[in-house]
This record gives sequence, structure tokens and C-alpha cells, in this order.
Amino acid sequence: MRRVVAGVGNAYRGDDGAGLEVAARLRGRLPEGTELVQCVDEPSRLIDSWRGADVVIVVDAVASGVKPGTVYRFDASDGDIPEQIFRSSTHAFGVGQTVALSRALGHLPPRVIVYGIEGADFDAGEGLTDPVAGAVDRAVDAVLADIKGGEG
Amino acid sequence: MAERRVIRTDYLARVEGEGALSVLLDNGRVEHVELRIFEPPRFFEALLRGRSFLEAPDITARICGICPVAYQTSAVNALESLCGVEVDEPIRMLRRLLYCGEWIESHALHVYMLHAPDFLGYPGAIELARDAPAAVERGLGLKKVGNEVMTLVGGREIHPINVRVGGFYRAPTRRELRPLVEPLERAREAALETVRWVAGFDFPERLVECDLVALSQPGEYAIERGRIRSNAGLDISAAEYDEHFEEEHVERSNALHSRLRERGTYLCGPLARFALNHEWLSPLALEAAREAGLEAPCLNPFQSIVVRSVELVYACDEALRLIESYEQPDRPFVPVEPVAGFGFGVSEAPRGLLYHRYRLDGEGTILDAKIVPPTSQNQGAIEDDLRGVVVRYSDLDDEQLRALCEQTIRNYDPCISCATHFLTLDVERR
Repeated sequence: MRRVVAGVGNAYRGDDGAGLEVAARLRGRLPEGTELVQCVDEPSRLIDSWRGADVVIVVDAVASGVKPGTVYRFDASDGDIPEQIFRSSTHAFGVGQTVALSRALGHLPPRVIVYGIEGADFDAGEGLTDPVAGAVDRAVDAVLADIKGGEG
Repeated sequence: MAERRVIRTDYLARVEGEGALSVLLDNGRVEHVELRIFEPPRFFEALLRGRSFLEAPDITARICGICPVAYQTSAVNALESLCGVEVDEPIRMLRRLLYCGEWIESHALHVYMLHAPDFLGYPGAIELARDAPAAVERGLGLKKVGNEVMTLVGGREIHPINVRVGGFYRAPTRRELRPLVEPLERAREAALETVRWVAGFDFPERLVECDLVALSQPGEYAIERGRIRSNAGLDISAAEYDEHFEEEHVERSNALHSRLRERGTYLCGPLARFALNHEWLSPLALEAAREAGLEAPCLNPFQSIVVRSVELVYACDEALRLIESYEQPDRPFVPVEPVAGFGFGVSEAPRGLLYHRYRLDGEGTILDAKIVPPTSQNQGAIEDDLRGVVVRYSDLDDEQLRALCEQTIRNYDPCISCATHFLTLDVERR
């Protein structure tokens, strides 16, 4: 079983660093055979990281307009995730598009889970707002639960 | 009664970062064109103040995920020139190799994932991938090779961390570079294929009328060094940039537009480089350009995708040449003692000229920094082009015109997050 867990974001744009923070907290806590990826540029590079994997879990910040700190969880194994939610990213090619592109090319892993953490502040600057820092804790637990439960 | 049409695209889905374009047409007449790029908060310039000059390449690399090497290079050029240091030749070659990696990755991303779908009538790369998976795989493969070069030379896992003022923290051995050769040879073939592919696209007719500005370095296609030149006779060093260029606030816009003090709007990037420096391309890249029917100067911004593809061939070819002739330097970096004063540096980011200026005190503390990214410099040219496109194609319906405007903006490969260093979702609606 080969798993990839990827955090996506930009730590210099406030809450946009949430996905990276989740990945940082997971370091050393994932079972054998799990590759941890931090993606700070543009997510199409992720496609190569998960080619041939059985499971991929991606965590990114989103700005969908709901309460900051909300954690979305999408099972994208059978269908694309709502593009609207992941399009407001600072990245050239959003996570939703990356998953869809990988699927179109036929190398999306069989199990795909995407987490979106609703951010409050995407202005230039370092550090997460309080609601998002709390959401990072919950997302870390959720990813670990996915893996432990055999879902991921 | 006048018919008023307002064409707006609030989110340029495939431009890196974010921006908003509004076009106001009044009875077929273009009243207003504005590409909204927000007032740069200059976060990174502020972040640099008070830090050691040795930290500048690391800090500025984080401004843009797509072109970190460009930021590092302009930073080290500025600081090394201030401190009176010239790096050893193998170090310069290694930097050029690293930069080639960035060109390959950035150009492949733009050509395949962002721009080609416009020409082929697809909303994006996903739809293109369903019909032409081999083409999209070719683009991803090219990107990957560029990334491999950056990882190996730049020491990059997250950010390229190996570049330092005076050279590199560690220079690879010849043997360590060998594994790049075979992938780069494959990439060069893929790049040639790319030129043939994009040369067959249909290009709307447009002509750039402003000055073209690029670095120039006789003997090589300028990337990591050179003098700033234009097709109108400008020929200056980086230190003279502020005398000849200014950033001005544009009415009704939050953006700062760069202009040549004497000449106004100008264009930097692939078209300018090809116009000024095509003779220094490698024979293979020149042959690819010739086969694609590309003649210098190429002034149609829609054909920038062809020029970018020719530069892809060149970057692969040049990377192979650099690896072939590389000898590990005796020392990975030259020691640099800080000097008080102003330092100026430029380099050719994939999307055009990138200017840095630093002021240091005698201890090497950065007192202030100024960074002018290529997208800020091209902003005026982009808006002029949009205005021309809208006038010429105002008979198209809104949806078609919107698509053509997005395609026009992508001619310039704007890295809007670079130009603004900023994300905002506040979009003006009217």
C-alpha cells in the first residue's frame, strides 16, 4: 500500500499556509509507506508525486465564504470535487483542477480524499488566524483517522 | 440610445494568481480597459528591511512559487555587484543551469497547461487532456525535467535553498549532474515537438507597437546577466535602471505601471528577448524557429507561445551544454564582505526583466529594497493590447470576447501573484 499525503499552500499569505502546517504536524506520525509532500508552488506538480499510489490525501486552504476554520472533507475517488470551492487559491492550477487533470490522464489513485480548510485572512504575512490554527488540529486528526480507519 | 456592453472577467482562471479585467464598451467604442492588479503591499520589501544581506536570496525566493530562481538571481546579482564580487565562471554556469531549469518548468506550465487550451478551443488543460492526453503528458514531462534540474542544482525540496550571495552553499560534482543528461535529451526532443505543435495554431493578427526591453549579453542568449537594452537604442546597466524607468500610479487603477521615462509603455519577456537576442540562440533552437516560420522580430503577442516553445528548446539545449562543460569549482562560493551603499541587479525571469535594488549599511543590514517584477513592467503593454483586441473584435459576443481577452492576457504569462504579492477576493462589480 503506497500513500501520499500532500499539504498545499503559501506560508507567506496568512491562512493560505494551513495545508502546509497540517503536513508539518504530520511529520513523523504517518505509517510506513506514506510519503509526505509539501507543495508551495503550483499543484500540477503533485500529479507526479501520486502516480502509482493507492491512496492520496490532499489538504489545502480555501476561501469559499463559509465560517473561517470550517474543514471540508471531499471523497474525490469517484467524482470531481466542487471546483468552486478550490478555485480561490493563490496557485496557478488549483487542487480541484489538478485532481481532475490527473483523472483525465488516467493516473489518479483509486482513493482520493481532499480536505479544504476555510481561511479568514489571505493577505501577505506569516502565521495563521486562530480559527484556522484550530482547524489545522482537527484536520491533522482527521487525516490520521482516515489512515488508521483504512479509509485512506 | 447607446448600447453599452460591459465585459468582465473577475477571475482569470488560468493566470497564476489572481486579477480582474474590466472592459467597458460604449456603442462599440472602447471606453475603458483595466486589468486590475492591486497596489503591491510590498510585503517582501518590508520583510527584507533589517535582515542580513545574506538572507535576501532565501527571502525573495518565496515571492513566487513559479520563478524563485529569478528572484534569487536578481538578488545575488545586486548584492554581489555592490560588494565588488565577481563569481567564478563555474558558479556562473551553474546558476545559468539552475535558471534553465526554471525556464523549462515555467514555460512548459504556461504553454501546455495555460495557453495552448485557448488556441485549441478548450476551457482548460483538463478538457484538452481528455482529447489529447499525449500532448498534456508531454507538457507534464517537460515540467518534471525542469523541476529535476532545479532540485539537483538548487537543492530544492520546498524552496531552492542552495543559492547564496557569492555562489552556492554546495556545488555538485560533474558526476552528480550526469543523471540530468538523459532526461534533458528527452526534454529537448519534447520541446522540438512542442514548437511544431504550437506553430500550427491559428494566431489572431496583432502587432506590438511599444518598445521591447530585454537583457543582452553578446555571445549568449541573456538569462542570468546582461545589460538592459531596447530595440529603440537603450543600452544601460542595472545601476541606471531608476534613471530610465519609473513606476507611475494610473488613474482608476490600484496598480503601479512601469514606463520608460522618455518613451512610455514597453514590453519585456519572450518577444523582446527573441527580437533583441535571437542571433545568440543555439543552432538547434534557431532551426526550430525557422521551421516554425518565426522571424525576428516577432511582434504578434499571440505568437509568444511559439517563442516560448523555441526558448524551451534553447533552455534544454543550453542546460545540456552547461552540464557537458561543467567542472566543479575549487570553492562553491566567493567570500563576500558587506559594503554600504546601493546594489542593483537584473535577470530574465521566464516572463521578463526582474529588477532588484538594495541599500545596505556597512554591517550588511538591508536598509531598504525595491523589487520590480516583469508583470508590473508589462502591465501597460497588456492593457494596450487588450484595448486593440477589443476594438478589432468588438463584433464578437460577450463570451467569445471574454475568452479572447483572457487569451490576450495570457500572451504575457503574467504572474499576477508576483506583481501584487497579494491575494484579494474583493472584486469591483459594476
